[in-house]
Amino acid sequence: MTTLASDSPPAGDVRPARLSPAQYAQNFCDAHPPLTLAQARIEADRCYYCYDAPCQTACPTGIDIPSFIQRIADGNIRGSAHAILSANPLGGMCARVCPTEVLCEQACVRSNNEDKPVEIGQLQRYATDAYFAQPGAPLFTRAKATGKRMAVVGAGPAGLACAHGLARLGHSVVVFDANAKAGGLNEYGLATYKTVDDFAQQEVAWLLSIGGIDVRYNARVGHDVSLDSLVAEYDAVFLGLGLAGVNAIGINEPATLGVRNAVEFIAELRQTTDYATLPVGRRVVVIGGGMTAVDAAVQSRKLGAQEVTIVYRRGPQDMSASGHEQEWAQTNGVSIRHWAAPREVLSGNGRVTGMRFASTLLENGRLIETGETFTLAADTVLKAIGQSFVAEPLNAQVALEGGRIRTDAAGRTSHPRIWAGGDCRVGGRDLTVEAVEHGKVAALSIHAALSATQGA
Amino acid sequence: MANLHTEFVGIHSPNPFWLASAPPTDKEYNVVRAFEAGWGGVVWKTLGEDPPVVNVHGPRYTTLMGGDRRVIGFNNIELITDRPLQTNLDEIRRVKRAWPDRAMVVSIMVPCEEQAWRRILPMVEDTGCDGIELNFGCPHGMSERGMGSSVGQVPEYIEMVARWCKHYSKLPVIVKLTPNITDIRYPARAAKAGGADAVSLINTINSIMAVNLETMTMVPSVGPQGSHGGYCGTAVKPIALNMVAEIARDPQTAGMPISGIGGVNNWRDAAEFIALGSGTVQVCTAAMVYGFKIVQDMCSGLSNFMDTQGYTSVAQMVGKAVPTVTGWSNLNLNHVEKAVINQDNCIQCGRCYVACEDTSHQAISATKDGRRHFEIKDEECVGCNLCVSICPVPDTLTMRTLQPGEVDTRTGKTVSAEYANWTTHPNNPMSAAFRAAAAATATATA
Repeated sequence: MTTLASDSPPAGDVRPARLSPAQYAQNFCDAHPPLTLAQARIEADRCYYCYDAPCQTACPTGIDIPSFIQRIADGNIRGSAHAILSANPLGGMCARVCPTEVLCEQACVRSNNEDKPVEIGQLQRYATDAYFAQPGAPLFTRAKATGKRMAVVGAGPAGLACAHGLARLGHSVVVFDANAKAGGLNEYGLATYKTVDDFAQQEVAWLLSIGGIDVRYNARVGHDVSLDSLVAEYDAVFLGLGLAGVNAIGINEPATLGVRNAVEFIAELRQTTDYATLPVGRRVVVIGGGMTAVDAAVQSRKLGAQEVTIVYRRGPQDMSASGHEQEWAQTNGVSIRHWAAPREVLSGNGRVTGMRFASTLLENGRLIETGETFTLAADTVLKAIGQSFVAEPLNAQVALEGGRIRTDAAGRTSHPRIWAGGDCRVGGRDLTVEAVEHGKVAALSIHAALSATQGA
Repeated sequence: MANLHTEFVGIHSPNPFWLASAPPTDKEYNVVRAFEAGWGGVVWKTLGEDPPVVNVHGPRYTTLMGGDRRVIGFNNIELITDRPLQTNLDEIRRVKRAWPDRAMVVSIMVPCEEQAWRRILPMVEDTGCDGIELNFGCPHGMSERGMGSSVGQVPEYIEMVARWCKHYSKLPVIVKLTPNITDIRYPARAAKAGGADAVSLINTINSIMAVNLETMTMVPSVGPQGSHGGYCGTAVKPIALNMVAEIARDPQTAGMPISGIGGVNNWRDAAEFIALGSGTVQVCTAAMVYGFKIVQDMCSGLSNFMDTQGYTSVAQMVGKAVPTVTGWSNLNLNHVEKAVINQDNCIQCGRCYVACEDTSHQAISATKDGRRHFEIKDEECVGCNLCVSICPVPDTLTMRTLQPGEVDTRTGKTVSAEYANWTTHPNNPMSAAFRAAAAATATATA
């Protein structure tokens, strides 16, 4: 995350303060209000406490969902939080951002007979919120100090989960992060209404409260500190670098004001204290089909943009944003146009005025352009066609595959003392919950490897 | 719509749903609202001698609830009416006059002394009420003063007081029984011996609802201490049904009219009480949870059920299921059932599997071709019905009866069409004696 400030000064039909303070407050409040006690009890009562529960199997971190729900019903909030956080130390954020409709809730057996799964995500949020509100004595304590020192690169979900796991096992951990705050995408990459009230930082504070974790902010590996020095200084290194690069849209991009990366727009929104200061175009075009596209499009609407269109080159089924996310965009007044690829950035006086798109279709499994084109007028164009891994900081120390870091199932890279997880690791679905699992498993693997070394 | 009119020991009511003697029937105001809503009759809240008793001014009721706060069980420590006797008598007279087609039964509880009963009975009869119910059931408060369940627990007292009532009153006498005894047949027999016209049961069960774990105080408590209350509501229905059936099938009391009480929440509960020998049912908890309107749903359901089944009067259903109640030793040990899973309905929760695997007979498999799939293993299934009982989806797990000639793969034996119970089973050390006795009886009969 490099640029937090807008690269386009307000001009033309791009301006701040489109809405009243009350409208901003309403637009950026909790998208899905938490369950009340009464709602949580009723919802908890719906859980069948399945044998070998399919929801648990579907959870990348394997949370014992029937038990945490049973404990809500029993009034044992601390026990419920323990069941969640012992499997997933970022269970509070995952409760907010997991695409549950394709994970635990899709597997819920209630879907089979009544098409209405138990609201597992909302219950998980209920339990973790209630626990964080009154945490009491620490849920997890550190094992006897091992004297080992670990470096974790990146304080995102993978790095934090790994650091927490290593700290629990008695290791000392130093986390290096390029940004001024920890949290990674939880802090800079999610739509504001998904995680209100500074929850990302609350969660980070709780994670670090276990002790033994030292965070070095504004420390970019490959720039402020080298991977070689980390390998030399520490017993093991975990890389949770995320995806620092933004994919290009693949056409000529003239130097034009009003065209920017969606991730920067989202990060700026997350860090603002006053939405009225953020400029937004009257007509916004978002190019892409993932969660970032949806978050950028919906938040443009919430900042007061009148026409917001997501343009994606394939069909609804191919979008990496879930059906639920697409519906969320549409109910917030965002139009989604499928089967269209960007052809040309249109501009005048150095400012973007619109985009020309080519219609596409699938022919024999290949995406081709039909020859038809259309134009969408735009004051702002947000590019959200995916992020890419930037390998330079690795200094060619670890092997890549498909442009990301190759690891075994436990996260071990080609380098015997370097592990990796999260979006920078090849083969995942780029989900927060997967990144947490990577970090958690890697911590156990590092511990096992070091213990074996010690034994030998 | 089937006619729900009921005649019970000469008392007529437009339907079999009576409000039990309890808080809902304490005053003219409540009873008039009940009759307006459609209740067939009431048993007026128990009258006692003046000066009236005093109730606590703290919690009198507590409930046991399901996860969604549906009331499953209900407990109370309220005493009999705490209003002057004459006030009640005046109101009873007015209500009966205004609602002549409804059953008006008056519950009475006075000390176990002949003069006390002799004094109150004419006053009650003078109201024009249809009958009296002797409260020998109330298990809290009044029982400490030698009344209520402390009378109901001594069959000799029941018989004695019933006899006094029949002697000093022309009204039908219903004896209300306490379930806080070991064998309900003894108090029922005593009521009959005393000349009572009917019994009503069950009154409430001694109960403590909970403990407040913060204060380590029993619940409900009146300040720092509480007292056991009487338990009723849905949770007690199975207990009540058994006691009603015990009286209905006891040769000494069979045919004695019974007014069934205990967890009647809907028409189906009522029909079950009727099928096991009740001529009317009495309701309290359902009204205290939902209000009086609930009787309309009870009448609608019962009437539609009767139409479907071809019953034209409630009386035709009374006791229909009693012959199916018997002792364990009469059960047919040659009868074999196996559980069956309807795979089209199964939602794959796996509770049947884990229940059977952990706590029963390891008769369900959890995978098929490496995938989650639940199937009964006939060769292990003993037909216990546990899986059927805990399956969350209706009509998904059912029992299939093996037909004579089929082989039970668990035992390898062919199912016999013959009836054979424990008394003749080779494992029964007493079976030889049983067989000899049976042979002797057969010879004597011949």
